[in-house]
Amino acid sequence: MITRFFGKREWGLVAIAIALILCQVWMDMRIPQYMNTITDSFLLERLDVVSQCGIEMLLCAFISLGLAIVAGFVLSNLSASVGRNIRLAQFDRIRSFSLEDIDRFSTDSLITRSTNDVTQIQNFITRGMQVAIKSPIVAIWAVCMIAGTSMEWTSVTATGVIVLVVVMGVSVYYASKRYARVQWLTDNVNRATRENIDGIRVIRAYNAEDHQESKFEKATGDLLENNLSAIRIMTPGFPIAHAVMNFVTLGIYWVGMGVISSAGTQDAQLMLFSDMIVFTSYATMVISSFMQLFSIMRVMPRMLVGLRRIEEVVDTEPSIKDGPVDDQSGEGSIEFRDVSFRYPGAQRDALSGITLKVEPGTTLAIIGSTGSGKTTLVNLIARLYDATSGEVLVDGRDVREYTLHALHSRMGYVTQSATLFSGSVKMNVNYGHGSENRDDEDIAKALRVAKADSFVDDLPEKTESNISQHGRNLSGGQKQRISIARAICRSPRILILDDTFSALDFKTDLELRTALRREMSGSTVVIVAQRIGTIRDADRIVVLEGGRIVGIGTHDELMSGCETYRDMARSQFTGEMQ
Amino acid sequence: MTGDTPKGGKLAAGRKETHLVGGPRWSRWEKPRNFRESILTLMSYLGGYRWAIALGVALAMLGSMLSVIGPQYLKGISDLIYEGIAGTMDTGAVTSMAVATLGIYGIVLVFEMLEKYTIQATSQKVANRLRNDLSEKINRLPLNYYDNSSTGDIMSRLTNDADAVGDQCGSAFSSMATAVTTLVGCTVMMFYTNPVLAAACVIPPFSGFVIMRMIISRSHKYYRTQSKNLGAMNGLVEETYRAHGIVKTYGNYENCRRRFVEINEELYVSSYRSRFMSSTIPQVMNFMGNLGYILVCVVGSMLIIRGDITYGVIVAFIVYVRMFNLPLIMLSESFISMQTLAASSERIFDLLLAPEMDDESSKEPVTGEVHGDVEFRNVTFGYVEGVDVIHDFSMRVEAGQKIAIVGPTGAGKTTIINLLMRFYEVDSGDILIDGRSTKDMRRRDVHDMFSMVLQDPWLFNGTVRENLVFNRTCVDDETVRKACESVGIHNFIMSLPKGYDSMLKDSVGMSAGQRQQITIARAIIDNTPMIIFDEATSSLDTNTERFIQNAIDDLTHGKTTFIIAHRLQTIMDCDRIIVMDKGRIVETGTHEELLERGGFYAGLFNSQFTEGMDI
Repeated sequence: MITRFFGKREWGLVAIAIALILCQVWMDMRIPQYMNTITDSFLLERLDVVSQCGIEMLLCAFISLGLAIVAGFVLSNLSASVGRNIRLAQFDRIRSFSLEDIDRFSTDSLITRSTNDVTQIQNFITRGMQVAIKSPIVAIWAVCMIAGTSMEWTSVTATGVIVLVVVMGVSVYYASKRYARVQWLTDNVNRATRENIDGIRVIRAYNAEDHQESKFEKATGDLLENNLSAIRIMTPGFPIAHAVMNFVTLGIYWVGMGVISSAGTQDAQLMLFSDMIVFTSYATMVISSFMQLFSIMRVMPRMLVGLRRIEEVVDTEPSIKDGPVDDQSGEGSIEFRDVSFRYPGAQRDALSGITLKVEPGTTLAIIGSTGSGKTTLVNLIARLYDATSGEVLVDGRDVREYTLHALHSRMGYVTQSATLFSGSVKMNVNYGHGSENRDDEDIAKALRVAKADSFVDDLPEKTESNISQHGRNLSGGQKQRISIARAICRSPRILILDDTFSALDFKTDLELRTALRREMSGSTVVIVAQRIGTIRDADRIVVLEGGRIVGIGTHDELMSGCETYRDMARSQFTGEMQ
Repeated sequence: MTGDTPKGGKLAAGRKETHLVGGPRWSRWEKPRNFRESILTLMSYLGGYRWAIALGVALAMLGSMLSVIGPQYLKGISDLIYEGIAGTMDTGAVTSMAVATLGIYGIVLVFEMLEKYTIQATSQKVANRLRNDLSEKINRLPLNYYDNSSTGDIMSRLTNDADAVGDQCGSAFSSMATAVTTLVGCTVMMFYTNPVLAAACVIPPFSGFVIMRMIISRSHKYYRTQSKNLGAMNGLVEETYRAHGIVKTYGNYENCRRRFVEINEELYVSSYRSRFMSSTIPQVMNFMGNLGYILVCVVGSMLIIRGDITYGVIVAFIVYVRMFNLPLIMLSESFISMQTLAASSERIFDLLLAPEMDDESSKEPVTGEVHGDVEFRNVTFGYVEGVDVIHDFSMRVEAGQKIAIVGPTGAGKTTIINLLMRFYEVDSGDILIDGRSTKDMRRRDVHDMFSMVLQDPWLFNGTVRENLVFNRTCVDDETVRKACESVGIHNFIMSLPKGYDSMLKDSVGMSAGQRQQITIARAIIDNTPMIIFDEATSSLDTNTERFIQNAIDDLTHGKTTFIIAHRLQTIMDCDRIIVMDKGRIVETGTHEELLERGGFYAGLFNSQFTEGMDI
């Protein structure tokens, strides 16, 4: 239910809106009633009564207008406020998600859920709430006003209402399935668009524009077809409702002829005649409130789908939760105790039986071929995933015991693909928790250590220069160096570098490592690499193969004791020795 | 891409929200936008659909003309009944009138149904065409457009804005037609029935109309702020969710949340303002409807007392006033739709009319065999005007040569490739293939000459096979399997649940290295005369890389090949190594020559060599 996103304030707004609309309907309802008095009075030729009635009616109309405007304000505010609540609730939930949760929804879908779906709901509230509150009140009220007058007229109106309800029910029932698919199909279009933008170079290089377009046209074509069939079902609804309104008015007069002529006296006939005029006004009100209900029911299925998608997000329990311990101290030790990990739905373990210990201040290197589980291993340290079995300890405590904040505050994690944010260079380097305590000096130092100072100095505004979204205006190597500077700026006790040197040329790589060794001497460093040259002087090197540790030790130990490592070294160095 | 600042993506101080609109049209957001212009642009875009909408509009007009006649019959019926009260009821006359009315309303029903279907279906088709055109436009925009506009923003135009057009583009016109016809028809019929009463009745709707216009002209700016804020929200959410791992481990969600709340708050304000503005319009119209009813009752009664009119006139007028009021609400709603429509069209046509790459249909297609001689002649280029990243670059490559381009990060290596592929156009100088300037060739012919493997492997949602074959036709399974075997990914693919028919979803279960292997296999299948590897093996471990080297050797045999690599051991056997620094060639030669020279390259090489020395 949408009401779960209502706080006190929103319920208050709803209450105010209902009260306002109730009063407004009361005013609107009074207006046709005067027609009885007026009809009586002009038969008596009492002009003064007519003008008296006129003034009172005007008064009602003005009060009704005032109330309606205020109600409109209240409902607009309600819709904006609910939208805000939903967005925030989603954001807060997604923020607690693990990478696995994000993968399950897919980022694109989460984005649509946070934007489009919310807008759907907001539209529904502004347009729908007014109607949803007002129409039933009008309908019930009007029925009460006319119920006692004449069975015949009431049954004409009732027939009209029944026809309307049936038509509405049937078309909404059949169309809702199609409306439900709209969002899903829209997601497909979104994904196809993103694909085309992300792969634009490859697409152009392959002259695959037409190929991609035909795929895209398939996605949009499906969407179109679905929408058309929904339209086919829904179009008759409104014209029929309109016709019912006309037919009911006509019916009342037609039936009225019999009703009136069967009345005894001429006075009674005249009474009935003016009743008939008033009755048509009310009948029209009843039918048009049903029409308005119908019009919001058309948008309802889409809104409900959006709501369900939002609820899916908000109701997802994050697979990784904070532990109770907020202890941020520690020297930076890491330990794996018989850790295995399997990605959800995967056939085999990505890591199995990993046991290893890293002393504070030492450097651990992880090496292994593509797909051997190197990144997975460091992700477990940062608790981006939880081990399937066994335990990972940081500073002597299972990572699951810490609050994520406490765990992460000691880490500087540099991912394989450098991720930058739109904003200044400074903001990107001085990023995240703890940035409050860093000054320009720290930033300059971090850039220096990361060997990013030279190109940043060449930028027109130095550290204040703007980085565009996804760091598009920087090269791969520049991005990577900024992301390394970001980790260094935190002066982390544990620095994790996940294959961060691949976009760097050897010279920069070497300089950077030398600087790191000098500046980060007190920190534990976990470094994932592919080049043995990069890691050969690490305190300990772990060789991974197929998710298992096949060798562990120093470079020299591994050279003599680990065949995999020796092969790797041979293949790398013979190339260079030629 | 290596080095360099893309054109337009100027590095500027501060945190200006540049991702809202890309490229040169950015400034237009600052000025008040033109409502009429964007509607006119949309109209001219409609093309053939204009006729369908015109049909819908015609049906709408016919339907409303007929419904204007209805009340005349109601008047007749009630007059007959009223007269019947005094004397005898003329049942026959009432019945025949009622049947006629029934007929009229029946025809109205049919017209309305046809109109609604035509209009809504057409709108959806227009939205569909817009989506497809936008998607094609994406392919015709120069690459620098993307260097400085956010994906989220482009996407929002393709989805949100196209949706808005789909919802509103037809109905905005047809409801306006219905409204106008009904208004005119009603006015005529009312004045025909009784001029005095009619004069009284037209006052409220028209004053309502004036008030409505005032509200609308004020609300446009709120709508613009609203869609601007939505764009900002989109941008933030996209950036944050995509970098979830980083934002989380750096504990920056607190900061992000602050910004989120800020934007959310702005969105809240602009949202309730714009919504409130538009919500007042129906209320004012409802009031005017009430006012009309009151005037009919009061003025009508006075006229009856004076003996000027019959009771039936009041009956007819009650219906007319309601009819008068409904189209005014419709008109007001279609004005709101027009607002959204205009705002969305503005955003759509901003993109759709953005300057494209030059049209090349007049250029002659390249026919015959491609040799593969490549020459750069004094090429100068900068992404930003006045900041050259390639200076007077010249080189000659003979057919079949294997050329490596090396140099420190930011030297301009990828830029050279971008220019060779004509992703960007050179500022001065020329690039020739087989002695012919690439400027004189069609871009697609240039692209056809090259296979290209990039550092960031791009895979799309589809099966493994679809990703491998991509847009090539007539590729048999044998070729695909061989290509995969040669890059060492075949076994991995076979271990997937459905082998080559497994679906690749975003990032699921594939390492960066495996993705690179797939893209290399794709290039092998592509089989073109020339090949470009831009850091194509950077995510591979050395074992795999060596393994692939054989496949690459086979692939590049006899073909002109350009290789950019950081790992120098992969390029030692190249025929020529071009060493670049700061946009210039500093050295060229074979590996041995360059080492002997003891220059820049030797320095680069030794920095890795020394480390491997003492195994």
